Amino acid sequence: MAIAIILILLVVGSVIFHFMSPWYFTEIASNWGAIDTTVNITFIVCGAVFVAANLFMAYCILKYRNKGKDQRAAYEPENKKLEGWLTAITTVGVVAMLAPGLIVWGKFVSPPDNAAVVEVVGQQWQWSFRFPGEDGQLGTSDNRKISIDNPFGMNEEDPYGQDDILIPGNEVHIPIGLPIKFLLRSKDVLHNFTVPQFRVKMDLVPGMVPWQWLTPTRTGTFEILCEELCGIGHHTMRGKVVVEEEEKFQAWLAQQPTYAQLSAQTAGNAVAGEALYQVCAACHGGQGEGNQMLNSPKLSGQENWYLKRQLTYFKDGIRGSNPEDVFGQQMAPMAATLVDEAALNDIAAYIQTLPDEPAVQTINGDADKGRKLYTTCGKCHGRQGEGRWAVNAPRIAGMSDWYLATQLRNFKHGLRGKHPQDATGRQMESMVLSLNDKKINDLIAYINTF
Amino acid sequence: MTATLIVLALIMGGLVFWLIRQTINVQPWAEEGPVGQDHAGGAYSVPAAKIGLIVFLGVATSLFSLFASAYFQRMEFGDWRPVAEPGVLWFNTALLVLGSVFFQRARNAAVRSQANGVKINLLIAGMLTFAFIGGQLWAWKGLQEAGHFLSGNPANSFFYVLTAIHALHILGGLWVWSQTIFKLQNKVEVYKVRTSVELCTIYWHFLLLVWVGLFALLLST
Amino acid sequence: MAHVALADKGQELAHPKTWIGMYVWSQDHKIIGIQYIITATAVGVVALILSGIMRLQLGFPGVFDFIQPDEYYQAVTMHGMIMIVFMLTAFFLGGFGNILVPLMCGARDMAFPYMNMLSYWVYLLSVIVVCASFFVPEGPTGAGWTLYPPQAITEGSAGADWGILCMTVSLALFVVAFTMGGLNYVTTAFQARTRGMTLMRMPLSVWGIIMATILGLLAFPALLVSVIMMTLDKALGTSFFMPAISSLGENLAHEGGSPILFQHLFWFFGHPEVYIVALPAFGIVSDLISTHARKNIFGYRMMVWAIVAIGGLSFIVWAHHMYVSGMNPYFGFFFATTTLIIAVPTAIKVYNWVLTLWQGNIHLTVPMLFSIGFIFTFIHGGITGLFLGNVVVDVPLSDTYFVVGHFHMVMGVSPFLVVFGGIYHWFPLLTGRMLNDTMGKIHFWMTFLGTYAIYLPMHYIGILGVPRRYYANGTTEFLPDSVQTANLSITLAALVVAAAQFLFLINIIWSMFKGRKSSRNPWRATTIEWQTPDYPPKHGNWGKELPVIHRWAYSYSVPGAKEDFIPQNEPPSEHTRGEGKV
Repeated sequence: MAIAIILILLVVGSVIFHFMSPWYFTEIASNWGAIDTTVNITFIVCGAVFVAANLFMAYCILKYRNKGKDQRAAYEPENKKLEGWLTAITTVGVVAMLAPGLIVWGKFVSPPDNAAVVEVVGQQWQWSFRFPGEDGQLGTSDNRKISIDNPFGMNEEDPYGQDDILIPGNEVHIPIGLPIKFLLRSKDVLHNFTVPQFRVKMDLVPGMVPWQWLTPTRTGTFEILCEELCGIGHHTMRGKVVVEEEEKFQAWLAQQPTYAQLSAQTAGNAVAGEALYQVCAACHGGQGEGNQMLNSPKLSGQENWYLKRQLTYFKDGIRGSNPEDVFGQQMAPMAATLVDEAALNDIAAYIQTLPDEPAVQTINGDADKGRKLYTTCGKCHGRQGEGRWAVNAPRIAGMSDWYLATQLRNFKHGLRGKHPQDATGRQMESMVLSLNDKKINDLIAYINTF
Repeated sequence: MTATLIVLALIMGGLVFWLIRQTINVQPWAEEGPVGQDHAGGAYSVPAAKIGLIVFLGVATSLFSLFASAYFQRMEFGDWRPVAEPGVLWFNTALLVLGSVFFQRARNAAVRSQANGVKINLLIAGMLTFAFIGGQLWAWKGLQEAGHFLSGNPANSFFYVLTAIHALHILGGLWVWSQTIFKLQNKVEVYKVRTSVELCTIYWHFLLLVWVGLFALLLST
Repeated sequence: MAHVALADKGQELAHPKTWIGMYVWSQDHKIIGIQYIITATAVGVVALILSGIMRLQLGFPGVFDFIQPDEYYQAVTMHGMIMIVFMLTAFFLGGFGNILVPLMCGARDMAFPYMNMLSYWVYLLSVIVVCASFFVPEGPTGAGWTLYPPQAITEGSAGADWGILCMTVSLALFVVAFTMGGLNYVTTAFQARTRGMTLMRMPLSVWGIIMATILGLLAFPALLVSVIMMTLDKALGTSFFMPAISSLGENLAHEGGSPILFQHLFWFFGHPEVYIVALPAFGIVSDLISTHARKNIFGYRMMVWAIVAIGGLSFIVWAHHMYVSGMNPYFGFFFATTTLIIAVPTAIKVYNWVLTLWQGNIHLTVPMLFSIGFIFTFIHGGITGLFLGNVVVDVPLSDTYFVVGHFHMVMGVSPFLVVFGGIYHWFPLLTGRMLNDTMGKIHFWMTFLGTYAIYLPMHYIGILGVPRRYYANGTTEFLPDSVQTANLSITLAALVVAAAQFLFLINIIWSMFKGRKSSRNPWRATTIEWQTPDYPPKHGNWGKELPVIHRWAYSYSVPGAKEDFIPQNEPPSEHTRGEGKV
């Protein structure tokens, strides 16, 4: 008895929930409205079956539940006519869902000829992008050519590749109203390029180039998510796609460097850097050894690309702009004294020449407990804390341990990594979720053993 | 997956055909009594071990056809460099054929209850099979010496894996074979080992077929 | 009756003398079935606890500080693999299959009792190996239960060295164990049925179990092939599945392999696996409904052929798991069509269950409640499957919580409800005691309503776009705060459901010793497992003489008969009037 009433309540409740639920498709931003239509058709057909079948079952239970000893069930081994009709009706329902689905799929598999091509490059756990440049042709690439100087794995010999526009960051702009074919290339494992507002998604598979196409129909900034499990940083693999008017898009594109420009970049000049470094020496020490009293971490031994990125972040207000991050705020005007790219290169080059003595250890904790915690960290920062350029993870072994502790707390409490352009900082934010002060000490005690 | 699908379609098709013959036009609710001729008394006349073996051959067929499917799919990628099959494989194939022939002779002898014939033929068949395994190892050694290592190229990898899996199946068969020989050695009556000899024979014929299929696959690509 | 003696293996069974021989190294199919059930339950509790870890993280991100990303992904992976392979497959086929097939077919034991025993011990070994991976350096694999390479065997995933090797070895062992068991179930059902037990007189439980076993025998080799090749890729540097990649900045030596090839092989096993779990559930629930509604199963022949058709079709739908995998998109047309065709026989099964209730005499016993719950959850999970099977509808929903909600409804909750229903139904057969009814009802309501509260909202946050397998959603701009509320309420519901399962375990243990003694055939069922001379049945099942079958398994409420059921082995003369020719 109760079960019949509960079944009715569940059916009614589910229907109400469907219409009242605060969660349904996000507002669509592409031409794939037809996908929403097929989903809605499926909801109608399936919803009708769900309601009818369950209500009929509830009715049967109410009417034919055992009410006394004399009750006897009917005897009917089968009813071919009824079974035939039910099969036929089911088939009709299935066709009603399948036919529109296949028609829309027909569109999905045939991108328009005039679609513009954008390459999406995935890696653990970042996005980057490549546009074909003036010749309209993407140059060839090869995962075996990937190195710190050639993160896209471009084929140096290929003339088509020289003018390719490379977007190493996680944000890409595309023009509204034009069909775009995304070519999906992976450097390492499977990923999936998903923007929920676009509806379509497809895996990135190393060794081949799958694709998907769409026409953006609404301007705005949309979040890119990876939707194929790609390792422990899967949930942090985010990006942004900005849909904007054609002129704005062209202006943005014009500012992005080509492969030729990037590979022509000159190395920094350590001699020029030494002069610039004098400003830094006041706090970070003449040998870049750091000074805990002044809250200045050790710089020597840190990698070039990380120093440059952090200086740029301080300069552009991506880091150190949070009013609670007192010491970060002090750094911002300092970084502003470095006027251009060349100055950044020079000073980073000079720091590379400083002697790399391990920093004094100041933190006590249980290194054995820290070892287990470090399993996660080691995936990016290296098993010996040596850092990995490919995942933008700096060296942490032998650096100022008090500074690591401060930064972990800053990430945890949102003092660092909250800025929308600080993609890697944001990744740290969700990796440190489970750390408390005690665990931070254990962890650093382990890092101190390297 | 085409190769697998064809094999499975055949297996499923056979099953469904058999089921249709068993069940068509039966109205189970409309009849009473212990009906049904072919399993009156709880069993078909076929021994359980034979049915078990036939089902297992189905499993093994599925396994090898899946390997073949994987082989075909992997072949389409650019880095596939066909491996030159060592000539000794021809010799090995001949050994396996002879092994099958002697098993068949052992089975015939078993049907006629000739204890000596069973024993001699079984021993020869077993020795030929051991020689086959040795020959396969020889072929591996040859490939190694020619610099074709397991991880060198997918064609090499498949060669080693396919031959290894086939050899494992043969070793499994040889275990049953050794049990049978052991029994014969202990002067067990021939009719008691007749089923094992017969099943071994079927199994060897099957593995010969599989090997011929695999060898053809390796040769043709 | 010479042939009876020939086939009757009563004398051949090795009756053990010692306690260890009877209960540990036992060759009795019932004991082996119970061993399977105990092991599967134990490992299922591990998987349940792992799901608790996942839910705590999602419901309270950052609060439970012992859950780090690698641990979360390990929990995701191990929960999935254990539940699907080591729990449900083993429980239905190793547990129910072992106990029911010989009893329902009227056999003395499995065709090969010794191999049957080996099957259990190899299965136990595979469980030990998979559990051992919790204790190896870096822990178990965190690659997701699908174990997709390159991710599963490269540095960026948790447990990419020892963890994944434990997993592949354990799966290979499981395939061996399953093959040994499966050969038994099939051979027993083909060869050792008692006199009069024609194919079309077999209970649907046997049909479901046997068809699932055939699927397993043909599909598990695909798993074996893929794990062998992946193990070689990992351990010996071959390139079956591994293309040239740059893993965390390091260029690996592999080249040319195809990750998609692995997916094809994996899902060639993985999709039939769904039906390996579902078909036994279909069969068992048919018998439960029929028995407790006192009515023959509606459209028996259709039900048999639906099982066969679903089994056959399940081999040509596998790529519907791969619509957005980057495979040739034209495959989508074919696989969407085959997938939606499979909906027809499946729907027929649902209709026939409901039509069995129609004009029945429904006893709302605990097994019946679980069966009704199953129909509801299976309808729900089935129709959401139509979303995901229809290629273009799948695209926005793929890899979101909609998928998680769908497959938990259809192959988590539904089969589990049948497992529970089956245990409440057959517990008296094995122990001679009934399970406690009140605890059973509480268990049912908490499980049934709790799981719906878990999985219904999941579908909707999935439509919104919440991706599956995320350690934390962090700040995602299109997700409103209410998503966290949903996650919180799902976690609370999950805790309630988990608690209910422990109540169930208590019920089992309590009833085993203190439960009400059951009568010989407490549910007044027609099938012959209740007709053994000893109760509970002893080793060899049938005493001196095998039963002879006179009718099909569904003679309930036959017009004119004295009782509202006629056991399958009752000779025709004993009731007043037969239902047709005699």
